[in-house]
Amino acid sequence: MYYSRLKLASVLGVCLLGLLLCLPNGIRKPSLSIPWRQIHLGLDLRGGSYLLMQVDLPSLTHDRLQTLSENMRDALLKDHLGYQDFRIDAERAVVSYLPRTPDETQAGLKALEALPRLSAGEFTVARQDDGRIALTLSPESIAAHAREAVTQSIEIVRRRIDGTGAIDPEITRQGDDRIVVELPGISDPERIKALLGTTAKMSFRLVDSNPLHATYPPTGVSLLPMANPADGPALPVYDHVDVDGADLTNAGATLDPKTGEWAVSFTFDSVGTRAFSSVTQTNVGQRFAIVLDNKIIEAPVIRTPITGGEGQITGGFTAQKATDLALMLRAGALPAPLAVVEQRSIGPSLGADSIRAGMISLGVGFALVVAFMVLFYGRFGWYADLALLANLVLMAAILSLFEATLTLPGMAGMLLTLGMAVDANILINERIREEVARGRTPLAAMQAGFERATSTIVDSNATALLAHVMLFVFGTGPVRGFALTITIGIVTTLFTTLLLSRMLMARWYALTRPASLPV
Amino acid sequence: MLGRPLLRFVRKDTHINFMRGRYMGLLVSAVLSVASLILFIHPGLTLGLDFKGGIVVEAKTPTPADFGTLRAALAAHGLPHASIQSFGAPDDVLIRLDAGNNKETQSVVDTVRHTVADALPGTTILRADAVGASVSAELFRNGMLALGISLAMILAYIWVRFEWEFALSAVVTLILDLTKTVGFLVLTGFEFDLVMVAAILTILGYSTNDKVVVYDRVRENLRKYRTMPLMELINLSINETLNRTLGTSSTVFLAALPLALWGGATLSGFAWTMLFGIVVGTSSSIFIAAPLLLFMGEGRLKRGAKTKTGAATAS
Repeated sequence: MYYSRLKLASVLGVCLLGLLLCLPNGIRKPSLSIPWRQIHLGLDLRGGSYLLMQVDLPSLTHDRLQTLSENMRDALLKDHLGYQDFRIDAERAVVSYLPRTPDETQAGLKALEALPRLSAGEFTVARQDDGRIALTLSPESIAAHAREAVTQSIEIVRRRIDGTGAIDPEITRQGDDRIVVELPGISDPERIKALLGTTAKMSFRLVDSNPLHATYPPTGVSLLPMANPADGPALPVYDHVDVDGADLTNAGATLDPKTGEWAVSFTFDSVGTRAFSSVTQTNVGQRFAIVLDNKIIEAPVIRTPITGGEGQITGGFTAQKATDLALMLRAGALPAPLAVVEQRSIGPSLGADSIRAGMISLGVGFALVVAFMVLFYGRFGWYADLALLANLVLMAAILSLFEATLTLPGMAGMLLTLGMAVDANILINERIREEVARGRTPLAAMQAGFERATSTIVDSNATALLAHVMLFVFGTGPVRGFALTITIGIVTTLFTTLLLSRMLMARWYALTRPASLPV
Repeated sequence: MLGRPLLRFVRKDTHINFMRGRYMGLLVSAVLSVASLILFIHPGLTLGLDFKGGIVVEAKTPTPADFGTLRAALAAHGLPHASIQSFGAPDDVLIRLDAGNNKETQSVVDTVRHTVADALPGTTILRADAVGASVSAELFRNGMLALGISLAMILAYIWVRFEWEFALSAVVTLILDLTKTVGFLVLTGFEFDLVMVAAILTILGYSTNDKVVVYDRVRENLRKYRTMPLMELINLSINETLNRTLGTSSTVFLAALPLALWGGATLSGFAWTMLFGIVVGTSSSIFIAAPLLLFMGEGRLKRGAKTKTGAATAS
């Protein structure tokens, strides 16, 4: 029942600190450089889009196997070994071939063992029962590769989104193969979706001029369709990449003054410049295809060697398309395709409605609980209400401190916390009432009330805490906001009821020494 | 001003014989829970977008929505199966589509957007959500996992703090509460989604809290009145805590009420379910959890001696 001055001061100090921490939410940031943390509004309140994207890991494995199979062919050719029937099985992460004759098996195994690996145990080489020689990627290397690809994708996604001028985008990893993109203020994410859904792997490759190959492409040549089907039939293009689109330093959308058409002009870096000039020098008169994600944008004939390291792509673009393609080329290609698996977008008007609804509910709910406590518990009810106000302030303070995101369910969580918070006061007051009825003195009754109610209060809050921590762990999106505010609310409730409201009651008793309690 | 309490629920000398109604309480609860289970099997819960996957587009049209035009326009874009309904005001339209594969789901949402904008110029899209089938299955699994683990942890917690009779009767009661809430969801047609799982978890938390308070008093009285028959003792404990039980359920009810009335489409289902859960949770503390404890604990619960975790409430 006795509270030292220090304890008094520290409890009040915490409340004042809470009030101070809430301030940034209400006023404009001054120009002074002081810590300025405030609550963020969730997408459901301010409007915007949430995109959950999945990295296509099978295609990543397939790409790696494709590269390995090319390396395998080169290695076998170098050792003058024959091969037939190359097969890629992305699901089992195996690439295999059949040796020309069984006696070339050992030599083949040896040649493949010597292939460069990205990591020590990247793959194993073995002869299968059916006589084929198989190269198998190890699960660890697949996982490591996937992790790296997701990290890389996040970086590229960020660059692409930053390029659109979106404000405060949030890009985070989720699980092994997912990326969450949150875009406040963008309620129609179609353009972003298109931007992120394109791998934008660009390469410059020679077109096979043998007309027969247009129908039956040999190994090492693929038939690729035109990006715009109206441009003509598919062309046989060599798999070998002469110049990689990654070797660019800059790209931009330009309006061709002669034709009035939108184009993407780009500048190669030194590697790209060298490669581009050597190819164009030796292949004058050939067609050179610009391939984007396995589709040919255009395949112009090389008229003169291009050594300046600059180029232009014209592919019948609209202004938007040219801008986006330039942006993607600048940001770099994604290591694997990204697919949107969940999308939620909320318009600004709905968000504003939700804020209003949340505020009205919070206000009315608070008022009802306050009125209830006063009607049913009188003076001690007023103290409970003061503690309730402090509770609200502290909740907002902690949310600001963490720069947490407030969602509509989060506001519901605050409101329910307020309803549950007074439970502790009710427990204490009822207990005091009982003790008074048993004929105890006011002091003894209050003491007994505080003591006995404490364990009940802790027990009941602990179970609620358990349930909501689970919800936070397993929930996603706005539901996490709900679990977060309730969890924070339980902590602030313990503080305001076990310390603050109790202290108020004790101080009142110490100051007035009443003959009977107002219960 | 208002220094003294004006109101209270029951007088301090109240002594209602709740245990007399124990069979009645259990019977009514059993009937309601069985009915809820039947409802759960048929017609079943209305799964929300989170758990079913698919597309929901909410739009506000400048004039009262012309459903015919909209339906024709959607059908023309290859979406004849779209369900179109109004909600709230006549100029609020809700368009739903079931989930196809991921890729389709994500491109269809853009088609719907464009179609609505073209068919009824001046329309604002309030909300457009698309959830792929794989994601919804995952969300559902996580939701159920959260529910299951919470129940298990509540069981473990009460077991540690009390004796097993308390823990078991509490969890059985919680499961009965849960089935009734499911029945309520089926009857009202509220969509079962992640927000609803949050509501159910909150109800479980609240309901447990309520039971813990009654049990806490039972434990205290077990030590205090060593020879009192268990039935009488449980009755006494319920009566002693009755003001508190009614008080707390009222404040939580009052806090959730404005949400139900003004919380908007997103939260009103959540809040009504909460309100239902508060009523069920409060009554089950008295009429289900207490009789169950009586049946399980008769002749078993320790008297007088300290409980196994030591006396939490020193008397």
